Amino acid sequence: MKKVVIVGGGTGGTILANNLARRLAHELRAGQVSLTVLSASDKHMYQPGLLYVAFGRMEVDELYQDQASLLEPGIVFHVDPVEKFVLDKNHVVTKSGKRFEYDYLAIATGSRAMPDMVPGMAENAHHVYTVEAAAKTCEALRNFQGGKVAVVTGVPHKCPMVPLEITFMMYDYFKDRGLLDKVRIHYTYPIGRVHSLENVAKWAAPEFDRLGITYETLFNAKAVDGAKKQVLSEEGSVLDYDLLVAIPPHKGMEVIEKEGLGKSGFMPTNRGTLNLEGRDNVFVLGDTTNLPISKAGSTAHYEAEALGENLAALVRHGRMVRLYEGKVFCFIEAGKDRATYASFDYANPPQPKPPTKAIHWFKLAYNRLYWNSVRGLL
Amino acid sequence: MASTREIDARGAFCPGPLMELLAAIKEVEVGDSLEVLSTDKGSADDIPEWARKVGHEVVETREENGVYHVIIRKTK
Ligand SMILES: Cc1cc2nc3c(=O)[nH]c(=O)nc-3n(C[C@H](O)[C@H](O)[C@H](O)COP(=O)(O)OP(=O)(O)OC[C@H]3O[C@@H](n4cnc5c(N)ncnc54)[C@H](O)[C@@H]3O)c2cc1C
Repeated sequence: MKKVVIVGGGTGGTILANNLARRLAHELRAGQVSLTVLSASDKHMYQPGLLYVAFGRMEVDELYQDQASLLEPGIVFHVDPVEKFVLDKNHVVTKSGKRFEYDYLAIATGSRAMPDMVPGMAENAHHVYTVEAAAKTCEALRNFQGGKVAVVTGVPHKCPMVPLEITFMMYDYFKDRGLLDKVRIHYTYPIGRVHSLENVAKWAAPEFDRLGITYETLFNAKAVDGAKKQVLSEEGSVLDYDLLVAIPPHKGMEVIEKEGLGKSGFMPTNRGTLNLEGRDNVFVLGDTTNLPISKAGSTAHYEAEALGENLAALVRHGRMVRLYEGKVFCFIEAGKDRATYASFDYANPPQPKPPTKAIHWFKLAYNRLYWNSVRGLL
Repeated sequence: MASTREIDARGAFCPGPLMELLAAIKEVEVGDSLEVLSTDKGSADDIPEWARKVGHEVVETREENGVYHVIIRKTK
């Protein structure tokens, strides 16, 4: 019997598991293949919903579904996080002490915001990367009566659109509250333009100008001084704020770094086959790769599809059939009722179109359709 | 011993070569070098501009068969 073990029950792990369960349905029923998902939680969170929670437009309980309910029959699922990766002996060891042997291993343990990496950020900045933080941000936005709002962005971070989206959404939020004449929004970004995607930056900068949002590029937060209400940058500038909103720098999971699998928890991954470098039967997908592409659910989704096809072919015929081409698709909310999108791969840059209401409604629909997407029905 | 780490950012439209460098530079020691590979001309200019602004050393920039190589040494 061939054993496939998937570590992580988030976007990448779930889509991969369901994709494989369909492709290998016959082998699973015949007992020729086993498919096991090991995760750290019995719940699956729709993380993009956190942004809407921060603006009071989604409830926290709308973000969750039971992980077991999202998996195809035939998949064995345990809530038992992996603590040891014994790759030389083809097994992993979980928190409960169980050993899971594999012929093929896929790792999709995700990434997490680390505001502690910038002194003063955790104590003084608001963010949207955990349920608690999003709820606190919601309260801070509601209580804000005017002043300087600063947006700072750390590197790397998941979902490249969050810095822009949160800024445009704040603008509309304060506008609706009749506060715009008392609020000054100042946006900062780590590189020399307002967004990493050149075409998105070309669209967003004039949009900022039109709305009176000021911005500063080549700004990497070095420390936050909560007493003085200032952010100091690596580049030597000082930024005053009354309300500080951060996109904190991210790391992969601690266990990845502890097990020596990758600096900061990001694993060296082959950009085409998604192999962990140096390991023929170990694969990496989602936020925890070190690939130079966006850490986004759509990235994990496209990687899971490519890997699903390859793992099924490996199990059946001992060879891979395709390469992942770097495909990413991201919606971009351009306010409370307009959105656009960026679609690109390793070879083709994105060409975002002007924002429309239709794309915004599609994104809102996707907030619900996500559950069908991870089940593999979309 | 000072080492050089390679960052293969070819085809990196988002987050892009400079963002890859910003993330990686936190993970190496002072004195170590980072060599960024990029297929995008813009980043061959952005990376040295950022490095000079912050005070890291720009060791080398060159183009080979359409791939830009930028080497930065972390100085602080
Ligand atoms: C505010 C916000 C907005 C976003 N907006 C968008 C968007 O608009 N579009 C988009 O495409 N993406 C968006 N994303 C990003 C998207 O949610 C992530 O990129 C995506 O979930 C990554 O998938 P993953 O499978 O790599 O990791 P995750 O989905 O995070 O899953 C990781 C899984 O690993 C499990 N795990 C952790 N440690 C262990 C262990 N030791 N053993 C076993 N299991 C473990 C966890 O329990 C979890 O199930 C957003 C994210 C946030 C936070």
